[in-house]
Amino acid sequence: GLLVTTCGLLRHRPGGGGAYWVDSQQKRYVPVKGDHVIGIVTAKAGDVFRLDVGGSEPASLSYLAFEGATKRNRPNVQVGDLIYGQFVVANKDMEPEMVCIDSSGKSSGMGIIGQDGFLFKVSLGLIRKLLAPKCEIIQELSQLYPFELVIGMNGRIWVKAKTVQQTLIIVNILEACEYMTAEQRKQALAKLSGN
Amino acid sequence: FMQRGLDSQTKKQLEEEEKKIINEEHWYLDVPDLKEKESCIIEERSFLRCEDLVYGRMSFKGFNPEVEKLMIQMNSKCKEEEIEEDGKMEADVSDEEMARRYETLVGTIGKKFLRKRDQRVLKDDDEDEDDEVEEGNSNTRPSKRAKKMFLKPQD
Repeated sequence: GLLVTTCGLLRHRPGGGGAYWVDSQQKRYVPVKGDHVIGIVTAKAGDVFRLDVGGSEPASLSYLAFEGATKRNRPNVQVGDLIYGQFVVANKDMEPEMVCIDSSGKSSGMGIIGQDGFLFKVSLGLIRKLLAPKCEIIQELSQLYPFELVIGMNGRIWVKAKTVQQTLIIVNILEACEYMTAEQRKQALAKLSGN
Repeated sequence: FMQRGLDSQTKKQLEEEEKKIINEEHWYLDVPDLKEKESCIIEERSFLRCEDLVYGRMSFKGFNPEVEKLMIQMNSKCKEEEIEEDGKMEADVSDEEMARRYETLVGTIGKKFLRKRDQRVLKDDDEDEDDEVEEGNSNTRPSKRAKKMFLKPQD
């Protein structure tokens, strides 16, 4: 039998055998296999990096799990770096493990996230909203000015724009999006583009 | 415990006794086998499968061209129809030229691997065709030259 353990909206997707899930709101992330997340390097332990992903345990990332990495050719990762990778092992019995390459051996955008930029945390519900196909927030923001965005499923977002001020504006909008309605958001953005 | 000259009968008896002892010691379930219920429910922990989530790395207005290329690549994996509509990539060499080149290529490399006899046949064919064209012979030769048969020497 099925037991309900979280509260939220029950959603249904009819395609491909059908899927039901509970759309709940939470801030704490639980590592799940296959999820792309942003991790912060906290320690180097021999051949393995320890990453903080916001879960109950630090995740481990082997230095060979980067594209083009060999024993001689080590990736240049320092403590405090940001890494975008996916979970390859993530269950409640074992320490989660991450890699920065996909199944075909290509990095496909994963790896060390570059210099500058701003990392902040939001709730998981907002992340899912932002990652939905044709998200209005993202579309509206993209009209403002050029910027770069990395969204991790663990609630972390990294933003980088040309100036510090622009970066902070984007950060504030994304954080506030959680509690603003669509109209309020459009008003705020109109003010900004007017400026 | 190897004992010489043990009769085969006594041997069998001994083996059977051993087996009995072992079998009695083995535990076995006295319960009838339960039918395995196939559960039609698969548990999925990640939201990725439920909702069609887009790739997490994005760049706008050309801030990071590599990431923008990635965005197109990743998102097009989900929607393959759009790729087909956009059309094929421009090729440096047109399809017709490619076909022509390939045709000749196959011929030349094929010749390389023919045996000597077949090579001579090919050569003669070419020469015959040339002759026909030049001299306008009305002799009709078979298009495929048969294998050269052994000719009896005339007396």
